[in-house]
Amino acid sequence: MSFLNYLISGISLGSVYAIIALGYTMVYGIAKMLNFAHGDVIMVGAYVVFYSTAAGMPAIPAVLLSVVICTVLGMAIEAVAYRPLRSAASPLAVLITAIGVSYLLQNLALLFWSSNTKSFTSVVKIPALKVAGLNISGETIVTIAACILIVVGLTLFINKTKPGQAMLAVSEDKGAAQLMGINVNATIALTFAIGSGLAAIAGVLLCSAYPSLTPYTGSMPGIKAFVAAVFGGIGSIPGAMIGGILLGIIEIFGKAYISSQMADAIVFAVLIVVLLVKPTGLLGKQIQEKV
Amino acid sequence: MRKLTKAVSVAAAVAMTATCFSTTAFADDTFKIGGIGPITGGAAVYGQAVMNASQMAADEINAAGGINGYQIEFNFQDDEHDAEKSVNAYNTLKDWGMQMLLGTVTSTPCTAVEGEAANDNMFLLTPSGSAVESISGDNAFRVCFSDPNQGTASAQYIGENGLAEKVAVIYNSSDVYSSGIYNTFATEAANQPFEIVSAEAFTEDSKTDFSVQLQKAKDAGADMVFLPIYYTEASLILTQAASMDYAPTFFGCDGLDGILAVEGFDTSLAEGVMLLTPFAADAKDEQTQAFVSSYKEKFGDTPIQFAADAYDGMYIIKAAAEKAGLTPDMDASAICDAMKTAMTEITYDGLTGSGMTWSADGEPDKAPKAVVIKDGAYTAQ
Repeated sequence: MSFLNYLISGISLGSVYAIIALGYTMVYGIAKMLNFAHGDVIMVGAYVVFYSTAAGMPAIPAVLLSVVICTVLGMAIEAVAYRPLRSAASPLAVLITAIGVSYLLQNLALLFWSSNTKSFTSVVKIPALKVAGLNISGETIVTIAACILIVVGLTLFINKTKPGQAMLAVSEDKGAAQLMGINVNATIALTFAIGSGLAAIAGVLLCSAYPSLTPYTGSMPGIKAFVAAVFGGIGSIPGAMIGGILLGIIEIFGKAYISSQMADAIVFAVLIVVLLVKPTGLLGKQIQEKV
Repeated sequence: MRKLTKAVSVAAAVAMTATCFSTTAFADDTFKIGGIGPITGGAAVYGQAVMNASQMAADEINAAGGINGYQIEFNFQDDEHDAEKSVNAYNTLKDWGMQMLLGTVTSTPCTAVEGEAANDNMFLLTPSGSAVESISGDNAFRVCFSDPNQGTASAQYIGENGLAEKVAVIYNSSDVYSSGIYNTFATEAANQPFEIVSAEAFTEDSKTDFSVQLQKAKDAGADMVFLPIYYTEASLILTQAASMDYAPTFFGCDGLDGILAVEGFDTSLAEGVMLLTPFAADAKDEQTQAFVSSYKEKFGDTPIQFAADAYDGMYIIKAAAEKAGLTPDMDASAICDAMKTAMTEITYDGLTGSGMTWSADGEPDKAPKAVVIKDGAYTAQ
């Protein structure tokens, strides 16, 4: 009985990691950069929903508003902080800038919204599903449904539409894509727009499931989700979802059956083992570099 | 030009010496007690409460004839909750001729000031500095419980009042405050009639999901969950416990104080939560009511725990000074030596505890008190 309860807890935690990991993996897969500010865009998205619902806005328009604001924010970050560095000699430059943006967002949030904890009111109004003593919360159901929708939607978008095909081309070879007449900057900006829109949705679902909001809310789940993305094979969209859910389950089982103090050590040990055995992650593609 | 500067500085020096003489001369017939705390900045609400309540206590004592027949002069300096500014304030007070210090209010500055005060052999009584190091020297005492002592006090309170038989603990193993309280709680629990059935940790890096810790507590049949943590995580725990239909009694320490102020928090979730705090403004005893009503009348505000600690602090100084037979013509070091002995000999009944006694290491021994959250407010029981 408690095994099933733990499994459900693991899936609900994992589904939150998964939805954050989708944004990470999407941006990495196409722009080939780690957007460490992703977790903090999530936090901004959650604050937007918190304040707009507090001002009396219904849940769905508030979420849409948050998606719009985060999309604009993501594109602005990309244009100001990442695009000028894309041609820099070292890929480290843009990575460090991403960390900088992450701290900038956290500290701006501290300034505007203070460090006082806000208790987030869940936007999910679906009642919990109770089956034979098990309790699956409405948030978990919505998060998993959202994950599946996003995975399917993104896969269709990338494989079936023109901008999606352009993204694939950019991810394979920026230079060649440009020669074929693809606007690389616009394609990457679109990637960031989608990634940040996903971040807003992730933020709302994260805070609905775990209703405590501070300027640091996004940072640790962001890092865990990054781990999940690597675990599932960074760049792979279904991989991010599987990686996220597995990570949540491992974390909860580690806490439940081994030691609650060592939960994180266990999660990261599993990550090391997986990467030793399969360096590209569970669903990662093995790409042969031709010389 | 140089000559002029010299003349000015000589004049200034003369003036300063003159001021010094006049204060020393004046010090002979009053006790000079200093206070330090933040009355501006982020922790201002604590310092303000301490300043108001100590001044109120000093005025009452003076009106009733003072200590051993001598009046008290109280001088409170701001430290903005900053260790360096606190030491500066200490030096200012020393220049003023301070003989005893009732302060400082917050732990980190208190630890810094205590370093200086221990060197000077200056008597220090902190109303609310709860870190272990805040009273490291033998010159220092405190009114409140130390952080780890809250664990012992909580275990005693739960045991003596028969609040639970099976207790589960959820604590933050990456935080000194939390793990310190947990360790002393576990030690004291061995002497109490309840049993710790599960003790589960979390860390700064995994503080969103508490379902496992709660599930284990539930499976172990715990009728109480002890939360020696801060209110941010506690609010999540309360939410998650409610969603899994688990309703034990929750019991916390001063870290939970503030949970009702979390913006957007559904306070009905905190209904019945108990927390260990030495003072509740709505307690029915005569002493508390008299204090609360005269504090309200003077400062237009309901006193918080810090005010009660400080009010007690001033009366504790009076009790110890009378025991030691102090006179204002003694110097600070002689006063400190006499107070060190006197503090371990007195028994004091105050707002924050009755039958308070002190050991030579400066820690108070008093019966713990708790409040319960009822109808969205802290209520004494």
